[in-house]
Amino acid sequence: MTTPSQTVGPFFGYALPYAQGGELVPEDHPGAITVTGLVLDGAGEPVPDALLELWLGETGTRGALDRRGPGGSGFGRCPTAPDGSYRFRSARPATPYLALLVFARGLLKPVMTRVYLDDAPDPLLDSLEPAVRATLVARAETADTYVFDVRLQGDGETAFLEF
Amino acid sequence: MTHPPYLSPAYRSTLLRAPSRPPLRLKADPDAIELTSPVFGHHEVADREADLTTQHTGEPLGERIIVSGRVLDGLGRPVRNTLVEIWQANSAGRYAHDRDRHPAPLDPNFTGAGRCLTDDEGRYRFVTVKPGAYPWRNHHNAWRPAHIHFSVFGTAFTQRLVTQMYFPGDPLFPFDPIFQSIPDAAARERLIAGFDMDTTEPEWALGYRFDVTLGRTPLEDS
Repeated sequence: MTTPSQTVGPFFGYALPYAQGGELVPEDHPGAITVTGLVLDGAGEPVPDALLELWLGETGTRGALDRRGPGGSGFGRCPTAPDGSYRFRSARPATPYLALLVFARGLLKPVMTRVYLDDAPDPLLDSLEPAVRATLVARAETADTYVFDVRLQGDGETAFLEF
Repeated sequence: MTHPPYLSPAYRSTLLRAPSRPPLRLKADPDAIELTSPVFGHHEVADREADLTTQHTGEPLGERIIVSGRVLDGLGRPVRNTLVEIWQANSAGRYAHDRDRHPAPLDPNFTGAGRCLTDDEGRYRFVTVKPGAYPWRNHHNAWRPAHIHFSVFGTAFTQRLVTQMYFPGDPLFPFDPIFQSIPDAAARERLIAGFDMDTTEPEWALGYRFDVTLGRTPLEDS
């Protein structure tokens, strides 16, 4: 019988984040990308106490928690800043998307979504209304910086996924 | 229904954070990366991180306890070498977090965060102190029952679980909108650790047992 979920609460900040958790690859990693954005609530206000986890589908040469040694990690974790922003540095994924989980006070279970780096044909994207589709596609600010806001509720609410 | 709904108005923080639309259910896709999970190496987590009572120069105040159990997948199989993280208030009900304003003492010998990897049987074990109840501002005279936060990874990213372990017989259960957000009484019971004489150590610490069972993945369902 499955164990029920409970909120991560407001006080995880001294426990779950780890050193360089949002930096899956070193700055000089060839082809590194930055995925950054805001987490916003139903009033459009920033969520300063969310925790995001990014997953590329492969653990990588460095392990999930270890940030030493060559290569990169496939898992990262980043709390939002007081302005609701987060930032990951990652290798470019082998898939068209990265998997993203968001935890926060007020979320009794996490929300899961995908960060698509290009608005290209895709079985999931193609099944969605244009306005919903748009919430899953990151905006390329530069050739290697992608902006992806998570809107938990209301106008432009991000499409969340379950399996 | 095992998990709480997103919107649970008695827990006020859900009002502006709960998504208004149900999640999109993805069609079975064995290539979806969400059906895989990070793996963890033993070099990444030190054994001493599982003892929350030895992280400082002195011993923390409070009732020393041993919390142990197993992490199981949706088919009841052990999840091996997976990461279990815990965090909690100290015995006075105060978190070592700079935004906790509860006027209870901090304990210089207790941070309240630990982690470990499960063994080949899916077992984990922490040594800590029993956390205190603490007030929060959700409603008048709101108190959280004593709890330990748990974060657990499975074999799929879809199984990722963050939850809270409670202690048996807590009189605050009926009044706590977070605990009560789980609609099914039997599911709520699964968050209450059992006192366990088998893991209690004479002249040293009481044992509590808390098993975590992760949800089934689409591949396990098929």
